[in-house]
Amino acid sequence: MLSDEIVISVEGLSKRYLVGHESARREGYNSLRDTVVRHARNAGRKTLDMARGRQIIQGDQVEEFWALKDVSFEVRRGEVVGIVGRNGAGKSTLLKILSRITEPTEGRVRIKGRVASLLEVGTGFHPELTGRENIFLNGSILGMTKAEIRSKFDEIVDFAEIEKFLDTPVKRYSSGMYVRLAFAVAAHLEPEILIVDEVLAVGDTEFQRKCLGKMKDVSQHDGRTVLFVSHNIAAIKSLCRKGLYLEKGQVKSWGTVDDAVTQYVSGGISNAFDGTIPKDLLREYSTGEAELRRVQIIDAGGNPVHAMVTGDPLEVLVQWEVIQPIEAMLEIGIMDSEGRQITQSFSTDGGAPPIDMKPGCHELALRIDHTIFPGRYSLLAGIHKMDGATVDFVERALDFEILNAGRGDPNHYPWSVRGYLRPAQQWGPAIPREQSKQRIPTTATNES
Amino acid sequence: METVLEPGRAEKNYWRDLWRYRELFQVLAWRDVAVRYKQTVIGVVWAIIRPFLTMVVFTVIFGRVAKLPSEGSAPYALMVFAGMLPWTFFSTALSDASNSLISNANLISKVYFPRLIVPAATIVVAFIDFLISFGILIAMMIWYRFLPAPQILLLPVFILIAFLAALGPGLWITAANVKYRDFRYVIPFIVQIGLYVSPVGFSSSVVPEKWRLLYSLNPMVGVIDGFRWCILGGQSQIYWPGFNISLLGVAFFLWVGVHQFRKLERTFADLI
Repeated sequence: MLSDEIVISVEGLSKRYLVGHESARREGYNSLRDTVVRHARNAGRKTLDMARGRQIIQGDQVEEFWALKDVSFEVRRGEVVGIVGRNGAGKSTLLKILSRITEPTEGRVRIKGRVASLLEVGTGFHPELTGRENIFLNGSILGMTKAEIRSKFDEIVDFAEIEKFLDTPVKRYSSGMYVRLAFAVAAHLEPEILIVDEVLAVGDTEFQRKCLGKMKDVSQHDGRTVLFVSHNIAAIKSLCRKGLYLEKGQVKSWGTVDDAVTQYVSGGISNAFDGTIPKDLLREYSTGEAELRRVQIIDAGGNPVHAMVTGDPLEVLVQWEVIQPIEAMLEIGIMDSEGRQITQSFSTDGGAPPIDMKPGCHELALRIDHTIFPGRYSLLAGIHKMDGATVDFVERALDFEILNAGRGDPNHYPWSVRGYLRPAQQWGPAIPREQSKQRIPTTATNES
Repeated sequence: METVLEPGRAEKNYWRDLWRYRELFQVLAWRDVAVRYKQTVIGVVWAIIRPFLTMVVFTVIFGRVAKLPSEGSAPYALMVFAGMLPWTFFSTALSDASNSLISNANLISKVYFPRLIVPAATIVVAFIDFLISFGILIAMMIWYRFLPAPQILLLPVFILIAFLAALGPGLWITAANVKYRDFRYVIPFIVQIGLYVSPVGFSSSVVPEKWRLLYSLNPMVGVIDGFRWCILGGQSQIYWPGFNISLLGVAFFLWVGVHQFRKLERTFADLI
């Protein structure tokens, strides 16, 4: 096996999309005449576009959008590359070009070997067909031959754990079974190059672990080249050795996975979302007496970050501006990725006095010592008067991620944990107490 | 094997790729057939009822009410059905192929394969329906005690022509449909008009001689005439100049269809 052979070479790759805007809607025209004129003009323009063979774009202003801009890198045989970046950074576009689904606007890609791409779990599954039939359907769509599928059929069924439902239409499957079957098929692909998009985000944690294990096998034992996109930093770190960090369609970091992840994690500060709350944000409740300006998470060195390692104390910095003097309290809460609030902290907790807010800018920090489990969270912040009236409130003021600690760290979890946080805790022998009998259920005393 | 991806790069190995993906073609065709009559009560019987009822209606209207002549001494119903077969095949194939890319949008935007497979596979489904209807034809021939002539052996040639006649416009429209959804509304219209414009309910010999060449510009005229010639034997005459024009029409649409499809194919995933 030639381990230094280049199997994917990307040179100056760019991809442009055209996006339309509706200018009138923004400016708020709403007379009937304006609407009619606008629609007539749009219809005329679309007809003209069609006559010229151009793409139809909704809205009346067309803008170019470069999903990828001048991306270059080379991947050698057997390398496992993790691709990270925020939403819209161009990760999926890159994978689509490499999988030949869409064409680049500029640049060139050379690929050596058979590529299989897994951009979605269960592509082409037909709800009316049975599990057995869908294995063949999905397998063929992913590029397996019928003979290959037949020889791996039992393995796939075992992996998916669906023997009993093999002849049931998949529309009767639970969503868990569906995902397991879909991934089982994909996991048995044997291409030379495997391209995987964020597909592990679905399915239960137990199965996710199994899939990660399978992918690890694939890359380590068979020397297969894998490109892997995920928001799950822990998964990226454990699977990949090389990392590519994309930001706004450009390569920001290409090298070891640690470099890419570190840059991605701290990448929000310089040019992306730094926790500043826009002044023109539409607020649901706001009296105008005071407004939140910024919510940040500060690491041990005092730098704003949007990811922390589990076990690090979490320090939240809130900045707000007071317009009219009030007496109020601050609220900080943590929400999970599905919007469930998991903590709530008030500045008056434990009997602290309300804050006497004078006009001007203020800041206050909150330190949370409980260990928060790896996952994606967001912060909410609020200012409330002492009678409970809300002065200002911002949900999802800052998204952040808690990463699993590295292997060897006492806070490392080799499995995925349930719940949200580990309370301040102490394990040890029960403390001997004199009247321990009192703690026995009291049914006996009731009878007496 | 090295693949180079570049803007505007014509796929050199396109036709070889198409051959490599033949299994996917089989599987997609099989899927469409398997799914077609799922969760229906009478299932495949639909493939029999529809052309049969249309045949009955046409025989009554054109044969009994309008009293149009049949071809030679062939029973009118048999003549209608011999025209219905290729027409139903053509119209089902055309409308299914035209919607095929849009209804497989999830595949197009997530996996690579030569896109030509999708519309071609839907035509296979129409062909299965055709075979079932062919059974009715045989039953009718037995009923009328009608012995086919030896040229029935040439029928596969005309089936192939009908296939190509549907494939050409089908490819064109399904590709255009990805970009401009207007075409979705054009198809039912074409199929409806086409049923009356093509010689399905009547024999093309009722068309006046001086108009026949012009009439044959409709590719289905040649296909239907050919079918009748094969099935009804000596009772039916092929009008050869017209047939050649129809063949040219088929070839023209096929060329345009493949050409347009290949041209638009690269942008499907971005537009669908």
